[in-house]
Amino acid sequence: MLGRTLREVSAALKQGQITPIELCQKCLSLIKKTKFLNAYITVTEEVALKQAEESEKRYKNGQSLGDLDGIPIAVKDNFSTSGIETTCASNMLKGYVPPYNATVVQKLLDQGALLMGKTNLDEFAMGALGSDTGGSTRNPAAHCGLVGVKPSYGLVSRHGLIPLVNSMDVPGILTRYVDDAAIVLGILAGHDPKDSTTVQDPVKPFMLPSLTDVSKLCIGIPKEYLVPELSSEVRSLWSNAADLFESEGAKVIDVSLPHTSYSIVCYHVLCTSEVASNMARFDGLEYGHRCEIDVSTEAMYAATRREGFNDVVRGRILSGNFFLLKENYENYFIKAQKVRRLIANDFMNVFNSGVDVLLTPTTLSEAVPYLEFIQEDNRTRSAQDDIFTQAVNMAGLPAVSIPVALSNQGLPIGLQFIGRAFCDQQLLTIAKWFEKQVQFPVTQLQELVDDCSSVLENEKLASISLKQ
Amino acid sequence: MWARAVWLGLRAPLGGRRGFTSKADPQGSGRVTADVIEHLERLALVDFGSREAVARLEKAIAFADRLHAVHTDGVEPMESVLEDRCLYLRSDNVVEGNCAEELLQNSHRVVEEYFVAPPGNISLPKLDEQEPFPHS
Repeated sequence: MLGRTLREVSAALKQGQITPIELCQKCLSLIKKTKFLNAYITVTEEVALKQAEESEKRYKNGQSLGDLDGIPIAVKDNFSTSGIETTCASNMLKGYVPPYNATVVQKLLDQGALLMGKTNLDEFAMGALGSDTGGSTRNPAAHCGLVGVKPSYGLVSRHGLIPLVNSMDVPGILTRYVDDAAIVLGILAGHDPKDSTTVQDPVKPFMLPSLTDVSKLCIGIPKEYLVPELSSEVRSLWSNAADLFESEGAKVIDVSLPHTSYSIVCYHVLCTSEVASNMARFDGLEYGHRCEIDVSTEAMYAATRREGFNDVVRGRILSGNFFLLKENYENYFIKAQKVRRLIANDFMNVFNSGVDVLLTPTTLSEAVPYLEFIQEDNRTRSAQDDIFTQAVNMAGLPAVSIPVALSNQGLPIGLQFIGRAFCDQQLLTIAKWFEKQVQFPVTQLQELVDDCSSVLENEKLASISLKQ
Repeated sequence: MWARAVWLGLRAPLGGRRGFTSKADPQGSGRVTADVIEHLERLALVDFGSREAVARLEKAIAFADRLHAVHTDGVEPMESVLEDRCLYLRSDNVVEGNCAEELLQNSHRVVEEYFVAPPGNISLPKLDEQEPFPHS
């Protein structure tokens, strides 16, 4: 049951094959078994069971709220959840309990979803894999064999999402199947009066058509994305995917995004600058961590922020403040904003030339083992790993990572589709067709958990890998 | 056959010039002087804490300097991807509020309906009055 599609589970709930409480308990049990992964910061067992009870009542009375009623969901810990600790994985917000729900959380709860808990992230979503500001929904999706959707900027409300980079942040959706992501997107999308960066275009839940004919499509392959660092496995999967579309009649063409190589630098300046501003609110007075020092306001702020933020966060704040200094503002911040326009224009030019979607790798390779990963510092990692996903956030476009195959090591690899702004439905339709062609193997959860448990007994946590 | 150049490229063996991950980055431009450190620490209210942190900033600046290679004459800065749309403004009516108690609950130091701060208008000690990097 835990590996099925959302619609299958929803149907099973309607038909009484399984009850929301049973489903909730199965989920909680799996969470307990995989506790060593440290995926959850907070598990909301009581809340989830209570929600499950209410869902069960609704099903008994034939009044289910929809496809998401009784479905377990998890929310990244940078979304505010009323009455439930929200930390952004930072000392700064340890013990912080928001008095309100983020809009996207509220929308899911209104549909009867069960909140299993708040999931882990890099502190304030500033890791190479950490923020849906540079690819952190798509990169983990690719590494874990999931579907990761980044909606168009302005489609989904950011109210209650603790901000990293206001002009690029977007709530992202992680699911096993494209259809499931479409269901969730249909619920989350739409104007929110509490977020003035959401567009006012009317939006309604959509069903993805099952495409059979791709011959009218034009797929663009950006040549600047063929970098030497790309692993040969990913390269060959990318090439095969392009061949697949072509063999089914689609037009597949080479396109150019000339400013690609500047996107990471540009992001680096804009991100650190916005972060310097966004982190200024954490002063220990109204919420969050507060140090013991009481000598003066400035001393209290400084010590609170030193204790509350880790090195990465502090480093970005300092960099950001540097770029925003009067003498640097024009040469760095404004310059980066100009380069951002050039990057966004690159995409616009390509889409205006008749391309429907772009097909690119999501990551350079399969997931790198932890010990190797920590050799490089955070900025270098981001610079390397976000190369394919980052420019999309600069341009505000929708993108999705689809799992394609397992590497020779048995780790998942995904490919990315990038669509036109606000053409999220078209993007997901094409992605769904591709998903069907690719038939990525479904994760065998039970075997996985059993494997992991036995590894744990041998205390070899650092080298857990998936074996087929 | 589509995109012959890219197709051939995809099938060609790995090699060629190194990209952005070149490890030959200049270590720094010497821009982060003691004055700059002091100024930034005061503005950011976050301290460097170690020489590594200063070195990291030097590298970050060197990295950012790559932007200057891009020609941007006549290009307008882009603040938002939604710049062509009208910003939504809701009507100026009070629809929620009266939640002072809830908001005060999250603070560590509160007196009646006030957030309590230590005394203000006292500057942080200057850099030369304190040990360099007391927290390394």
